[in-house]
Amino acid sequence: MKIRDHNELFKEQVYKEQFEKKKEFENPWPAEKVQEIADWTKTKEYREKNFQRKNVKINPAKACQPLGAVFCASGFAGAMPFVQGAQGCVAYFRSHLNRHFKEPMAAISTSMTEDAAVFGGLNNMLEGLENAYALYKPRMLAVCTTCMAEVIGDDLNAYIRQAKEKELIPRDLPVPFAHTPSFVGSHITGYDNMLKGILSTITAGKKGEQKQRLNIIPGFDTYMGNIREIKRMLKLMGVEHTVLADVSETYDSPNTGEYKLYPGGTPFDQAADSINSMATVALQKYSTLKTLDYIRKEWGQKAVSLSPIGIGNTDAMLEEISAITGKPVPQDLEDERGRVVDAMVDSHPYVHRKRFAMIGDPDLLLGLISFVMEMGGEPVHIVCTNGDKAFEAEAKALLASSPFGANGTVYNGKDMWHLRSLLFTEPVDLLLGNSYTKFLWKDTGTPLVRIGFPLFDRHHLHRYPIIGYQGALNMLTQIVNTVLDEMDRNTMDSASFDVIR
Amino acid sequence: MSRHIEETQKMIDEVMEVYPEKTKKDRAKHVKANDPTGSCASCQVKSNVKSRPGVMTVRGCAFAGAKGVVWGPVKDQVTISHGPVGCGQYSWWSRRNYYNGKTGIDTFGTMHITTDFQEKDIVYGGDKGLDAALHELKELFPLSRGIGILSECPVGLIGDDIEAVSKRVAKEFEIPIVPVRCEGFRGVSQSLGHHIANDTIRDYILGKGKLEKTTPYDVNIIGDYNIGGDAWASRKILEEMGLRVVAQWTGDSTVNEIAIAHQSKLNLIHCYRSMNYICRHMEEAYGIPWVEFNFFGPTKIYESIRNIAARFDDRIKENAEKVIAKYKSVMDALIEEYRPRLEGKKVMLYVGGLRPRHTIGAYEDLGMEVVASGYEFGHNDDYRRTYPEMKEGAVIMDDATLYEMEEFTRRLKPDMVGSGIKEKYSYHKMGVPFRQMHSWDYSGPYHGFDGFPVFARDMDMTVNSPTWGLIRRKKSS
Repeated sequence: MKIRDHNELFKEQVYKEQFEKKKEFENPWPAEKVQEIADWTKTKEYREKNFQRKNVKINPAKACQPLGAVFCASGFAGAMPFVQGAQGCVAYFRSHLNRHFKEPMAAISTSMTEDAAVFGGLNNMLEGLENAYALYKPRMLAVCTTCMAEVIGDDLNAYIRQAKEKELIPRDLPVPFAHTPSFVGSHITGYDNMLKGILSTITAGKKGEQKQRLNIIPGFDTYMGNIREIKRMLKLMGVEHTVLADVSETYDSPNTGEYKLYPGGTPFDQAADSINSMATVALQKYSTLKTLDYIRKEWGQKAVSLSPIGIGNTDAMLEEISAITGKPVPQDLEDERGRVVDAMVDSHPYVHRKRFAMIGDPDLLLGLISFVMEMGGEPVHIVCTNGDKAFEAEAKALLASSPFGANGTVYNGKDMWHLRSLLFTEPVDLLLGNSYTKFLWKDTGTPLVRIGFPLFDRHHLHRYPIIGYQGALNMLTQIVNTVLDEMDRNTMDSASFDVIR
Repeated sequence: MSRHIEETQKMIDEVMEVYPEKTKKDRAKHVKANDPTGSCASCQVKSNVKSRPGVMTVRGCAFAGAKGVVWGPVKDQVTISHGPVGCGQYSWWSRRNYYNGKTGIDTFGTMHITTDFQEKDIVYGGDKGLDAALHELKELFPLSRGIGILSECPVGLIGDDIEAVSKRVAKEFEIPIVPVRCEGFRGVSQSLGHHIANDTIRDYILGKGKLEKTTPYDVNIIGDYNIGGDAWASRKILEEMGLRVVAQWTGDSTVNEIAIAHQSKLNLIHCYRSMNYICRHMEEAYGIPWVEFNFFGPTKIYESIRNIAARFDDRIKENAEKVIAKYKSVMDALIEEYRPRLEGKKVMLYVGGLRPRHTIGAYEDLGMEVVASGYEFGHNDDYRRTYPEMKEGAVIMDDATLYEMEEFTRRLKPDMVGSGIKEKYSYHKMGVPFRQMHSWDYSGPYHGFDGFPVFARDMDMTVNSPTWGLIRRKKSS
């Protein structure tokens, strides 16, 4: 029997008639009015009104602090993310990450309710720590907060101390914590706060002899392929390393017929010994600001952020790592570079002077601006919901560094509804963004290349790197083939429907 | 106590062993062996109480119930997630409440609109910003038929007066502006959010509209959120029966349908849990009776059609039989095709709302048996309605934890599990066939005669995918 699901079913005549009949009760606007307003939203006038908006975000590209914090915590072996606050938040963090990675994700809430709002969350914290330890046997409980706990002012440090004094959890169980109010910053801030909290707790008293080893901090990076890629590159270079908050197995683990609560993560002892590495390299800047500052000041370690998205950025990162470790960049990587550049040369006619819009986290955008300009494309609309002034300045300087950046404008603190106005009034050829930008694709017809977070509606993209030379090749392939797909769609009824391109 | 019940209880006791004393005592009350007669007092599960901190409950919050479930689907209302950015972000178009309309122009269902609280809003209050936000939204979305303000945790904690702002601005705009106090810390689960949302429907919209012409056949569909088009498939049956569906709450619904529903003759409620409150109110205030129905699987659909028709005259009763006759052969053929592949398969369910009991019949139509079922946020009245639907000794669980679900899976060895996104991928790792039974795993509809074939196809692909067989199992330690 032929089964018709929602994709086909509701196109049937019987349903079309149902929808038409239902309007009798809907009090709909006349079709002409709807069209008039739809057309109006495409105008410069609407864009102006839209950009005057100060008090509401419409389709913002950012999440809240504790999401970043639980993501970070889940990158340490045996660590259970533990969230002091209302329970719905944790249900949301878990489902959000589940949907992107298509992987399980464990995190705990202290289920605070009205009584905690009045009396504080101490009892929730104590019972929560006791239960979590008994049930899930964590090597570490990494505590962060929801906005509820922050508004009522829960004292995490004192609560954790009490839990240990009452022997609800072992005294030697590491319980790092971070305050992660969702009304400050975004998910990248929460990542930073949690990482700093974890590192400062587990490295306390571990300072010893320096080791010939690098720390790598991926940042709020939701491409598991990226972590595998940096490890591969460092292995080729022969550089010993510790990835801090190694989420690569947590969110991309092999199916062995067994569910593991703690499928991976940076081994605890290695993480604790990171204080003795020779230097720390973060692959993102704006999600690691406080952590790098802490590493420099408290560990006395060299700490740099080098985002290896695109050719030049990857060159710079490898050169810096080479300078720090004294290990040369091997021929294998040089060959890879050559192959990717060869591919870019081959594809350049389809990308040259193409106009790009992009939206995402600050570090991703900086990488994308750079890579697009390397291909000869023009970043035109750069929209960031969660950037700061430093990001804005850095993005502007980057655009100014190339003639291909001349038409680029950075819109910081803006959202996808702003971008919609931009795309209507100043159209571009390609849009780079997460799954929610598909609504922009639908409204404006701008071809979309899915890069960023979250990616809910396409499978497995997060398993492929977008960093390093390999990542550049993956992005190039995605971008150029989107251009070619679009070209096919647009030339279907003409002689230009070429088979060789 | 029968042997079945005793054996199951023994297994439950073993699973509970690992908990600390206080939590064990508490959790034991929430997991029981089923007694279909409902007469065994010790078999009644406790429900709708706080989750223990630290146990990894699957439950959400009042905001999820009010914004995500009830108000979110109202398509021509601008729905604001009022507070910090996260809550709206994580609930952004995740429930697939399908609707027709031009998004961003006359409908707003797939949008995430938030006041995005910053520290200054916490310190100085968010009312001023909210007032300004309402004005900005009215200007950008002039065709919105209403605005909903769905409060997140901080709003209730800092003492904002969103009711006052709403009242003032509603007068100015001449459209309903509905303040919904659904802060996530209220209550113990999504459930209170449903109730709060029902109350605001009652207080701000219901009864405020006028239906020009009424008929004796006017009904409302209540508690169908049109996930994957469910409500449309249900509406089709009701219209074929000769009934006139005036309001569809709240999947694909409009503010107007909420305002005029009080003029209908009968409320048909599908998700009892989330909207029984408003049905009770309409019964009391407008004398509109309500009837529960179940449009999952032919057996229950036939039963429900007849039960609904019994409330009307002979014309409708005759139509009901005609509708059943029209679809019966298709349903029989479908079952003949799918049943051989699914016969005898065991199912474990852990879902919300109506599904832990309403889908049992659909599984049984395919020859499958539900051996365990549970609710995230059910109340006693849900469980009372569930006991008779299940076999003696089946496991009934309330607010189950990840640990419990894993243990019951290990012991009951279901052939498939139906639950949510947070459970889905742990089951994939375990190699246990799994289907999301909140979102229909991006499929659907599952309601009605058009939905059951999709349900059957989906359960078949779940249980019988060859991919499960590729998993190379490591020896478990």
